[in-house]
Amino acid sequence: MRGGMPAESRKERKGEIMKKKEAKKIMSGAHAVAEAVRLCRPDVIPMYPITPQTKISETIAEMSADGSLDAEIIRVESEQSAISACVGASAMGVRTYTATASQGIALMHEILFIASGLRLPIVMGVANRSLSAPINIWNDQQDSVSQRDAGWIQLYVENAQEAFDTHVQTFKIAEETRLPTMVCLDGYLISHTYEPVNILDASSVSRFLPRYKPKVSLNPSNPIAMGTLATPEHFMEFKKQQQEAMENATGVIKRVNREYASVSERSYGNGLIETTNLDGKEHAIITMGSVAGTARSMLEKEGIGMIRVKAMRPFPKEDIIKACQNIRSVGVLEKDVSLGSEGSLYTEVRSALYNTGSKPKVLGFIAGLGGKDITLDDMKNIMKKIKSEKENVSWV
Amino acid sequence: MIEIRAHGRGGQGAVTAMEILAKAAGLDGKYTQAFPNFGVERRGAPVRAFCRISDEPITIRSQVYEPDYVIVLDPSLSNLPEISSGLKQDSVILINSNNSHNFKEKTYHFDATTLALDVLGKDIVNTAMLGVFAGVTGLVPLEPILSVLDERFNGKVAELNKQLVERAYNETRGE
Repeated sequence: MRGGMPAESRKERKGEIMKKKEAKKIMSGAHAVAEAVRLCRPDVIPMYPITPQTKISETIAEMSADGSLDAEIIRVESEQSAISACVGASAMGVRTYTATASQGIALMHEILFIASGLRLPIVMGVANRSLSAPINIWNDQQDSVSQRDAGWIQLYVENAQEAFDTHVQTFKIAEETRLPTMVCLDGYLISHTYEPVNILDASSVSRFLPRYKPKVSLNPSNPIAMGTLATPEHFMEFKKQQQEAMENATGVIKRVNREYASVSERSYGNGLIETTNLDGKEHAIITMGSVAGTARSMLEKEGIGMIRVKAMRPFPKEDIIKACQNIRSVGVLEKDVSLGSEGSLYTEVRSALYNTGSKPKVLGFIAGLGGKDITLDDMKNIMKKIKSEKENVSWV
Repeated sequence: MIEIRAHGRGGQGAVTAMEILAKAAGLDGKYTQAFPNFGVERRGAPVRAFCRISDEPITIRSQVYEPDYVIVLDPSLSNLPEISSGLKQDSVILINSNNSHNFKEKTYHFDATTLALDVLGKDIVNTAMLGVFAGVTGLVPLEPILSVLDERFNGKVAELNKQLVERAYNETRGE
């Protein structure tokens, strides 16, 4: 199209872009998430509030009360009940959503494995917050990172716009792969921050995400059983199928990212990772979530590239290897720690790079736990250390 | 990029003020970001909230450490060292107070409490101080602030707050 577009349609196109730009509204990340949920038309939303997710459930409850969201809201007595109700509803074959954080997702732990084992495409927002003790209501990513073995797809977003966009994409990804999916947004830093968000119109979302048609569901007139006993003979077969579904999910996530771009003009890297300023660079920072924004503001000045990991599960091993091909050293900055080992993302990045020929040096940075602010000075020091190529794990 | 830090006490509306300012600047075509200092919310405790306004998209997520403007809603906070923490040579303090203070930075004081008591009948000055900010700095026009108030509040509350902002704006304009 470059250069070949007639003047009139260029003008039209510019008008369209202006219209899209004007459609941006200043809202909190929590509100953007609720808007996405409403547009995706789930049938059942079991909810239990917890800081800093509460703004999501409050806004959804308001939408239900004013009639603009037509879903059955189930008020439950705990997060374990919320996710259990999701399992029941999703098994009946309806689109199902919930949201939680911190102690809430920890309380769901047992049922998370059941949701994924039953292959139920539940979508869950996680407003990331630390885990007690000591009690702390602020942001880090320990809560969802600790659930990485539960068989759920996990996508981490950088800002309110991406929280909106990823929620819309995620219902499609979950339903196609039959894998439950978490959209992880940093508590407060995204959930409570007001910033510009472009909300897609309802007809675009309906076209992108048609009504959910389950392949299998519970139905009294055609009874089946779900979650029956699997003997040692069969149990591993189930796990192998879940593993294969995760491997296939990488292709689905990439394709849905492209399809979404065609309705919204927005996409995020290849859907699994997003690289910035990486061409010709010898050093890169690897991170997840909103802190990528702070890093982003310094990449050019510091002369380093960035690989933002959007998908923690399925882990984009091949994409990271490819992105690191010409890199001498990478620093993995993360808001979680596997106590007695190192940061979880660090372990996985290092493992992915172990068998590659180039094998860059990998530094680890544990930062921002329990809401500790990651300042521009912190980021400058991190980038300086990455450029020094001295492998170690440090606490910022 | 302009960075603003608001100081108030829990319940005085510093967080809401920054939200309204961000929305108003957004209506004016700017990129904006507003967020609280995520403290434990307690009525009466000192709270901080932040706002960034820029012509370019804002990606940075850290707190504001070197603000261009500081807005102080409660005169009793003026002795807190954090009011002038990180201020640059040309930073400006806008304080709700009926007397001048001995900040070494450029300071503008305005008696928003008396005005709010007159218009609202209550000592709630967060919106009035937005009128002062718009009047003194000219960084955000009056009209989008009024539109946001209409969207954010209902009926009489919206009307009175609009009157309050407009009066604070007119009394401080171009100072």
